[in-house]
Amino acid sequence: MRNTAMNMVHKLAARDERVLYIGSDPGAGTLRAMSKEFPKRHLIEGISEAHIIGMSAGLAMEGFVPYVNTIATFLTRRCYEQVAVDLCLHNLPVRLIANGGGLVYAPLGPTHQAIEDIAIMRALPNMTVICPCDADEAARMMEQTLDWEGPIYIRLGKGGDAIVSKAEHGFEIGKAILMRPPGDVLMVTTGIMLQRAIAAADLLAAQGVRAGILHMHTVKPLDTAALLQAIRGVKLVATLEEHVPSGGLGSAVAETLIDKLGSGLPAMLRLSLPDRFMHNYGSQDSLLKKHGLSAGSIATSIEHALAASHTASPQLHST
Amino acid sequence: MIQISPHAEAALTCTLDERSLYLRRLVLGSVRSAGRGHVGPALSLIEMVRVLYDDVLRIDPNNPRDPERDRAILSKGHGCLALYALLADRGFFPLSELEGFCGPDSILGGHPEYGMVPGVEASTGALGHGLSIGVGLALAARMRERSYRTFVLLGDGEINEGSVWEAAMGAAKHGLDNLVAMIDYNKLQSYGPTDYVLPLEPLADKWRSFGFAVQELNGHDVGALRTVLKQVPAVPGKPTAIICHTVKGKGLPAAESNADWHHKNKLTDSELDAIRVAVGDF
Repeated sequence: MRNTAMNMVHKLAARDERVLYIGSDPGAGTLRAMSKEFPKRHLIEGISEAHIIGMSAGLAMEGFVPYVNTIATFLTRRCYEQVAVDLCLHNLPVRLIANGGGLVYAPLGPTHQAIEDIAIMRALPNMTVICPCDADEAARMMEQTLDWEGPIYIRLGKGGDAIVSKAEHGFEIGKAILMRPPGDVLMVTTGIMLQRAIAAADLLAAQGVRAGILHMHTVKPLDTAALLQAIRGVKLVATLEEHVPSGGLGSAVAETLIDKLGSGLPAMLRLSLPDRFMHNYGSQDSLLKKHGLSAGSIATSIEHALAASHTASPQLHST
Repeated sequence: MIQISPHAEAALTCTLDERSLYLRRLVLGSVRSAGRGHVGPALSLIEMVRVLYDDVLRIDPNNPRDPERDRAILSKGHGCLALYALLADRGFFPLSELEGFCGPDSILGGHPEYGMVPGVEASTGALGHGLSIGVGLALAARMRERSYRTFVLLGDGEINEGSVWEAAMGAAKHGLDNLVAMIDYNKLQSYGPTDYVLPLEPLADKWRSFGFAVQELNGHDVGALRTVLKQVPAVPGKPTAIICHTVKGKGLPAAESNADWHHKNKLTDSELDAIRVAVGDF
């Protein structure tokens, strides 16, 4: 996914002279081909994220479309004020390509694990937040970023994630994709949780539970219409995210349902990471499993929540 | 023992001409109307902004978005009263706007906002942002082969921020000789002396070592400012830093070098009388 997104920057640069790549101190050889073909538009500016965001704002004020790239935690925590003031307040078309969203950098520990990035980026006025699920979708997404007004935060996964998106679904920023029709339950996913949702849906189907999947690649602006359409008739809405419980996809869905429905809310299950830093290493997969986000655990949690929803009046459930 | 710069001594003793007094009357009129404002940081800045807007910047108030205009960013956004006075006087917006400073329907807030105030290039107020934006503007000028120059006005307290030094390294890396950083070195930040809060000296050496061509002057000396600003870049291939030795609250004896006047949210009758004595009726 990461290589695809990077190569798309090169491709877009070939097509449009406004496109710049700005890296802090990326891996050796990052976008080498672009650096040879467009050396003036391939900028490596050092481990100075606060400065890089301000500089990209200045370049965007003059008509450039900078694609700024570094590790997700450094692109969010380190320079939050610059993102808020220089990019969002001025509503400038800077694209933040965040490597290692979620637990991709599991072995490197909590300094490198972006577990609250969706929340803090989503909180900023004018910011758009996109979490593609695989490399194919990342490529379709990047095509749409060239002329989008305002800043975009792009949360990338690890790379090598199973390809589950489909070309026929296309990609439009802010438009969710219904991957499976809703049944007893609707799973709402973002990023690479889609793969796990598909596997969980298969497990549930084997148990006679029909599970739909709405892939919310854009967490902000949230596709309210698609969400309201997809929850019709379901007994349970389950959100899946590689993120703390506060402020991410689950929060966005819950807020939207409360705002739009007010009463008669469906039963809801928010599956997420816990509200704490990870002090285990291992791999992204092992940490997700540990925190109940394997396909099997997701299916089990949904079965339990469905059973509970049969015996309780509509209410919000949280893990 | 830090040696006091002769420019700093000159800043303390130099007198102000009628235009400088007039601009101070505009600033203090806004403060009186609003009942608040960053008085000291604006008064130290006035001659720097005055010379920029009167003599240096290639700008047209009737065409404030001209692609070839020189860019100026007030990175120390809390000094905005000085900028507002110059922009109003130069015709970017009516002088009457100054009376609405900080009012509910005013375009003029306690920090300047892009899109709200004609002539303001970037929203500032959070410190340590302007030089990076300026690096982006200056780099864009080079890439677009445009002739405009970028001037960034920084506070001395502001350059406590590490991002300023990140930006300085970036400016030097790119050899941005179309970029000028002007430091309002009034030696007094909100809490007290810069030497106490976070010592900056040797300040000129710092900027030199970061790759800038450095000039130092009395920041209230209009003639010296004109001379130096008309000769930028000081060294071809290098960004320029101009350390402007100033006096916080300059022109208002009660406020000069007095941290209590960093920000005021009310003025007493005796303070208003003192202002009239210092700058004339306003």
